[in-house]
Amino acid sequence: MTAMQDSSTGAAKVVFYNDPRVRSLFFQFLLLAAIFALFYFAYDNTVANLRKRNIAQGFGFWNVEAGFDISQTLISYSAASSYGRAFWVGLLNTLLVSAVSIVFATILGVLIGILRLSKNWLVATLATVYVEIFRNVPLLLVLYFWYRGVIGLLPEPKESIHLPGQILLNTRGLLTPRPIFGEAFIYPLAALLASIIAGFVIFWWARRVQFQTGKRPKAGLLTTAIILIVPSLVFILAGSPLSFDVPVQGRFNSSGGMTLLPEFVSMVVGLTTYTAAFIAENVRAGILAISKGQTEASQALGLSHGQTIRLVIMPQALRVIVPLLNSEYLSLIKNSSLGVSIGYPDLVNVFTGTVLNQTGQAVEMVSVTMVVYLSISLITSLFMNWFNRRVALVER
Amino acid sequence: MTTHTDGAFVRSSFSEASPPPMRMAGGLYWLKENLFSSPLNAIFSLLILFGLYEIIPGLINSMLITAVWVAKDSKDCVAESVGHPVGVCWGFVNAHWNYFIFGQYPETMRWRPELFFALEAFGIAWLLVPSAPRKDWGMVYFFLIFPVIAFFLLSGSETLGLPIVQTHYWGGFLVSIVIGTVGIVVSLPLGIIFALGRRSHMPVARSSSVIVIEFVRGVPLITVLFMANVMFPLFVPDGWRPDPLLRVLVGVAVFFSAYMAETVRGGLQAISRGQYEAAQALGLGYWQMMVKIILPQALKIVIPGIVNNFIGLFKDTTLVAIVSIFDFLKVIDASLNDPVWRTSGMPFAGYVFAAIVYFVLCYGMARYSMSVERRLATDHRH
Repeated sequence: MTAMQDSSTGAAKVVFYNDPRVRSLFFQFLLLAAIFALFYFAYDNTVANLRKRNIAQGFGFWNVEAGFDISQTLISYSAASSYGRAFWVGLLNTLLVSAVSIVFATILGVLIGILRLSKNWLVATLATVYVEIFRNVPLLLVLYFWYRGVIGLLPEPKESIHLPGQILLNTRGLLTPRPIFGEAFIYPLAALLASIIAGFVIFWWARRVQFQTGKRPKAGLLTTAIILIVPSLVFILAGSPLSFDVPVQGRFNSSGGMTLLPEFVSMVVGLTTYTAAFIAENVRAGILAISKGQTEASQALGLSHGQTIRLVIMPQALRVIVPLLNSEYLSLIKNSSLGVSIGYPDLVNVFTGTVLNQTGQAVEMVSVTMVVYLSISLITSLFMNWFNRRVALVER
Repeated sequence: MTTHTDGAFVRSSFSEASPPPMRMAGGLYWLKENLFSSPLNAIFSLLILFGLYEIIPGLINSMLITAVWVAKDSKDCVAESVGHPVGVCWGFVNAHWNYFIFGQYPETMRWRPELFFALEAFGIAWLLVPSAPRKDWGMVYFFLIFPVIAFFLLSGSETLGLPIVQTHYWGGFLVSIVIGTVGIVVSLPLGIIFALGRRSHMPVARSSSVIVIEFVRGVPLITVLFMANVMFPLFVPDGWRPDPLLRVLVGVAVFFSAYMAETVRGGLQAISRGQYEAAQALGLGYWQMMVKIILPQALKIVIPGIVNNFIGLFKDTTLVAIVSIFDFLKVIDASLNDPVWRTSGMPFAGYVFAAIVYFVLCYGMARYSMSVERRLATDHRH
């Protein structure tokens, strides 16, 4: 009893400025005041500076005619379109180059990551050299290298390089045939969809048979056959409703077909080769994190090498790899903003570059761009976290 | 003891290890195991060997043997004037060497950046060489004394008798190193503060740290550089007119502080609770506990992380080219646009040179961080 009283009176004796709670409140108040002062200082100066330089404020510019052209547009756009339209064009270009690069970088990265663990010394060494080179040079240099060192050396249109599949390669970019879909194309498309659904059903059935009898029917072979054969048959029956607009080599320019800008090609190749090195490291780390006992156990159970990797190693390695991939994808999307350095019309180039130069509204342009990237980061993280939860270890 | 050995057979030396079976050692065995372990592997190996055979001699030929080492302009690098087919034109790099290193820093005052490089190398060696003594003084030197000396050395001061050199004369490798140095010197302390803030029990400190860190990590460096370049001058009174290089330095420093904060936070989280409790039991206050007990341990663990961060920082310094700062990559790029040097093979020479420089620096740092990791791994094994 007395001890308790002592301690309680002891606590009361502390001078108020030595009370941790008072101190904490005091410091937080100071910090808050400092933050507000800083913001007020910036805000006050900005308003004064903008007024002095006669720069408009707010988002009134959004519907004003842009008056400049963009070299690659996924949605209809002309110089007569508004700044708001230009924003969407830039955003779509950013998303396009990021999405395409993510797909290729993942494929290349997983491949190189697995090759680095190859038993073949030459293969493993080459993969290591690739990873070390691309991890230790700046991305900007990689982009410059592809854009000016390689793609810049391509021949003029009249000396185009012909690639198989009637693809032309010249200074104007990569010219591919443009598919023209006939009206009856819907039938083979439907057939393809139906075959894919049939494939899922077959796999589900194969699983059931495996659980019941212990023997797995050759579902993969069957499904591949169905997906390949059925749509092709329907395609021929529907009268081959697909033709191609083939690019024609001209003297100064090429006509027809579909053009992938040299900037776009450089961005995709650059982002892919660079990010693949980082993804390869993650894949390797993920596979190495799985103990050797797992491989030995699955071999003892009589699984083949391929089955071991597919059914035992990969599902476990994915748990390590997926969170790492998440951050690689995020940095790829952020790195796509380097398009501005080689003239790819991405969001930063169009909005923080051209529109900012024309309107001078720095605060609005930079803030909008930042908010867009923040949202993209957030959405990607949410999706990858959802995927991560799916592959995560379910513990009892 | 002796009774045990009496009469019993006790070996006084190890028996010789028997040699490995003939087929388990030697170059042939290595070849079989590593290149030709299966038919598929053998095919791969042969394909790669054939590819290397096709590429490597040509590469060595154009990079070294037929390369032109000294040139005045691009005419010295064409087959007609040399007399044989020309490989890479290293003469381009040779002719621009000083421009690549110092930018347009006045020629008579080049000793200043040279001294700056030497002081920097000294500071880095002091901090990173494991056997160097008195790391605490090393920290004071690198994070306090050296930046002040470097500032007056490079930008000059009338009172010290050093003529002022405006930052738009700075360029090349010098600017890359300046940005990298300011990045690390500012972002490490600032990152520690953000990391401590994020783990603080005060809601205001915690939430403001989280907002800054997550915001900065969610946006690309380019947008931060644009912000520093076009918005920062608006934030300050009209008369200040911050220097273009200074604006970029502010952007880079803030950007990397956020990344550094996350690295340091990893270290703080790795320190066991007992360390905090022991420090508090000894009656240490918050800052005493952090500076004397927690941070020395936490920072030691995250040295590899900090170095890896720094590699990223150094590679990203190239982005300042986009806001027209003439860093190492940008001066090479600018030289390529010089009409005197405009031929189709030149970008290759310039970019390969840049790649070699960045690779040597970054790969060196990566190897260092790996060696630290290995050394620390033994410390922490129970």
